[in-house]
Amino acid sequence: MASNSLSGTGRLSRFILRRDRVRLPLWILGIVFFTFIIPSAFLDLYPSQEDRDIMAETMNNPAMVAMAGPADFENYTIGVMTAHQMLIFTAIVVGLMSILLVTRHTRADEEDGRIELVRSLPVGRLSNLHATIIVYVVTFILLALIIGLGLFALNIESMDLEGSLLYGAVLGATGIFFTGLTAVFAQASESSRGTIGLSITVLILAYLLRAIGDVSNEVLSWLSPLGLVTQTDVYSTNNWLPVIVLLGAAFVLVVLANYLNSVRDMGAGFIPAKPGRKYASTFLQSPIGLGVRLQRTAIISWAIGMFVMGASYGSVLGDLESFFAGSEELQNMLVAAEGYTLTEQFLPMLMMVMSILATVPAVMNINKLYGEEKKGRVEHVLSKAVSRSKLISSYLLISIVNGFVMLSLTGIGLWAAGTSVVEDGLDFGMVYGATMVYYPAVLVMISLAVVLIGWFPRRTSLIWLYVFYSFFVLYLGGLFQFSEWVGKLSPFGYIPQLPIEEMDWIGSIILVFVSAVLAVIGIIGYCRRDIHG
Amino acid sequence: MTVLKVTELTKRFGKFTALDGVNLDVDEGEVFGFIGPNGAGKSTTIRILLGILKATEGAAKIFGNDAWSDAVEIHKRIAYVPGDVNLWPNLTGGEVIDLFGSLRGGINKQRRDELIKRFDLDPSKKCRTYSKGNRQKVALVAAFSSDADLYILDEPTSGLDPLMEQVFQACVLEAKNAGKSILLSSHILSEVEKLCDRVGIIRQGKIIETGTLNELRHLTRTNLLVETKNRVKDLNDFPGVHELVEKGQTISFQVDSEQLDSVIKHISQYGVTKLESAAPTLEDLFMQHYERKGNPEIGVGGRS
Repeated sequence: MASNSLSGTGRLSRFILRRDRVRLPLWILGIVFFTFIIPSAFLDLYPSQEDRDIMAETMNNPAMVAMAGPADFENYTIGVMTAHQMLIFTAIVVGLMSILLVTRHTRADEEDGRIELVRSLPVGRLSNLHATIIVYVVTFILLALIIGLGLFALNIESMDLEGSLLYGAVLGATGIFFTGLTAVFAQASESSRGTIGLSITVLILAYLLRAIGDVSNEVLSWLSPLGLVTQTDVYSTNNWLPVIVLLGAAFVLVVLANYLNSVRDMGAGFIPAKPGRKYASTFLQSPIGLGVRLQRTAIISWAIGMFVMGASYGSVLGDLESFFAGSEELQNMLVAAEGYTLTEQFLPMLMMVMSILATVPAVMNINKLYGEEKKGRVEHVLSKAVSRSKLISSYLLISIVNGFVMLSLTGIGLWAAGTSVVEDGLDFGMVYGATMVYYPAVLVMISLAVVLIGWFPRRTSLIWLYVFYSFFVLYLGGLFQFSEWVGKLSPFGYIPQLPIEEMDWIGSIILVFVSAVLAVIGIIGYCRRDIHG
Repeated sequence: MTVLKVTELTKRFGKFTALDGVNLDVDEGEVFGFIGPNGAGKSTTIRILLGILKATEGAAKIFGNDAWSDAVEIHKRIAYVPGDVNLWPNLTGGEVIDLFGSLRGGINKQRRDELIKRFDLDPSKKCRTYSKGNRQKVALVAAFSSDADLYILDEPTSGLDPLMEQVFQACVLEAKNAGKSILLSSHILSEVEKLCDRVGIIRQGKIIETGTLNELRHLTRTNLLVETKNRVKDLNDFPGVHELVEKGQTISFQVDSEQLDSVIKHISQYGVTKLESAAPTLEDLFMQHYERKGNPEIGVGGRS
């Protein structure tokens, strides 16, 4: 009986490997590559223990501990530094890899009816689940060994064999844990979206629980799979217990997944899909309501992301002086200005980076209109009593408002975290002003996207090239000593560097005016052209 | 009164001519069947009528207004169902129906609920989970629960089962009886035959035939099935006789209308014991156009 329900597992395992023959090596290569280049990069950046101690001081505050976890700050070697700054984030990537791949071979195959085909053959009821779990457990064991031995092979003084093996083992165990977790959710949820959604929710909650636990109460961290990752203290005391706990938990999850799979019907789940609304809310019943509703999740996620980004930049402001004292390269990136604190000198560059990033969600809002067009859904709206100018203006309005909100959130986030770590606190007006001064440049970017959508719809994605250009030129401009005109090719190059420069009202008003003209040109084009789809 | 009038409509995509001087009109209160193979230009014509594509030359008018420049005014009074209904995966069917209704300018709630029941649609499900037929039902419910004067239906039943096809036909007839006009593009010819007052056939961007079904039939062949005492000779060489099949004493064939008289005279010499005649189906008519005009090139494929 037991053997029957597993027959064909070996054959299916090979089949999974065949289907993943590109995907799997790519994931592993990517993870391994980034793991291996970081320690050497750190060695170049922080050659002496003094450099590293300065870094340790920068990292040793609640905000950074919440982000990356605790570490042995007294003994901040290259090994400890790598583990502290990389391990948790690599673990998240490994978790994601596990979630996506396991869902692909379990619930996604079932949802699309492929498992039905397989099950009509002489193949056991649990074989597919088993094959999936076997393939990924072996994969993650391999990953653990490659990383463990590879890190040791880098031959860096502070990275001994035991620590390196533990580093790999933590990542492998995290992968195996999320394999088990996803396998359970693949039984519980009726759809692959649901499976991925539930698994990623756990991943995010685990990260948050760890962040709270690492700052306040270690017990909480031990309850979170990602908290266990940061409790290993790799390259310092090398604590193996969390790895064992992770593997134990994974085993329980695998058993549970098998049990759930054996008692349910094919295609069914344990969490029934909840019925949606039978009628539309009044909010939804307009082009603008539809636009917001379609992008709701993305807008909220970006908003959180922007605030967190602002806050994480803000949290390092307190240690700027010591940080910059050690690095000539970094000093080159700043505009030297007399009479201002380092924080104030540092702000314009931070703001510029953040404002370009805040442009991304805003431009996505307006590009959504063309995405809808390509999917043949704009035609539904335009075949009703909705004019083209009203449609594109609705998306433009969402984009403009969202750009303002996103930019504001980065500034507010930076101020909130910054004011708590800088000795005398930060003036909110100063920070917020230095942020919002970039808004006209954001508007120009949005309007350029409108022009592309209106006149060159198939070239819509060119706007990303321009965003990237702006980022590259202005962020690294100081470092590479570009001539000034290179920066002036981007609207962000016309923004005064508050607070160390004077406010340039005329320049800003011109940018807003240019943006308005571009938007009108784009809208005219949109009203004149064929709708694709 | 003409509700919809298309004159010398031409549409070019780059060098490709999708429509080449199309003429078409739909009168008030009539169901007009718009037939043709995939890629012939049905959807392109309809999308110009909706103001989604801009005509290269010629005019498309609905209610006397220009389909491009007065699109919004026109759309308040029309309902459209596309052949390929792409919906938003994260909205429910019910939400989409209400959204469509209010974007047009109002929805008859009672009629909506009644149609949801008739089409047997679960409006609380996300569009992601709907099959093609169910997505079409969403568009059909939204269209028929509006109080439109003109319905433009572009192959609306390609995913419906026979039961739902009947509900659809009932809806079309109800609309017709209420004095509404309908432009029905389809390649389900039995459906067109059942519903349409007049038919236009499009092929490679040109209208090759328009008229009532009866008018079209005059131009075509009649199916005959004959049993005779003696074997009929020389029928093969007769002008206007097609697809002759002999089975003992029974022969079946098609005759061009203009040759019917002489053929009957010929057969009668052999002692007719049984004679059945059938009007050509739309399918015969349709196929005939393609045989007569030679093998058509394959078009661009159904742009939708």
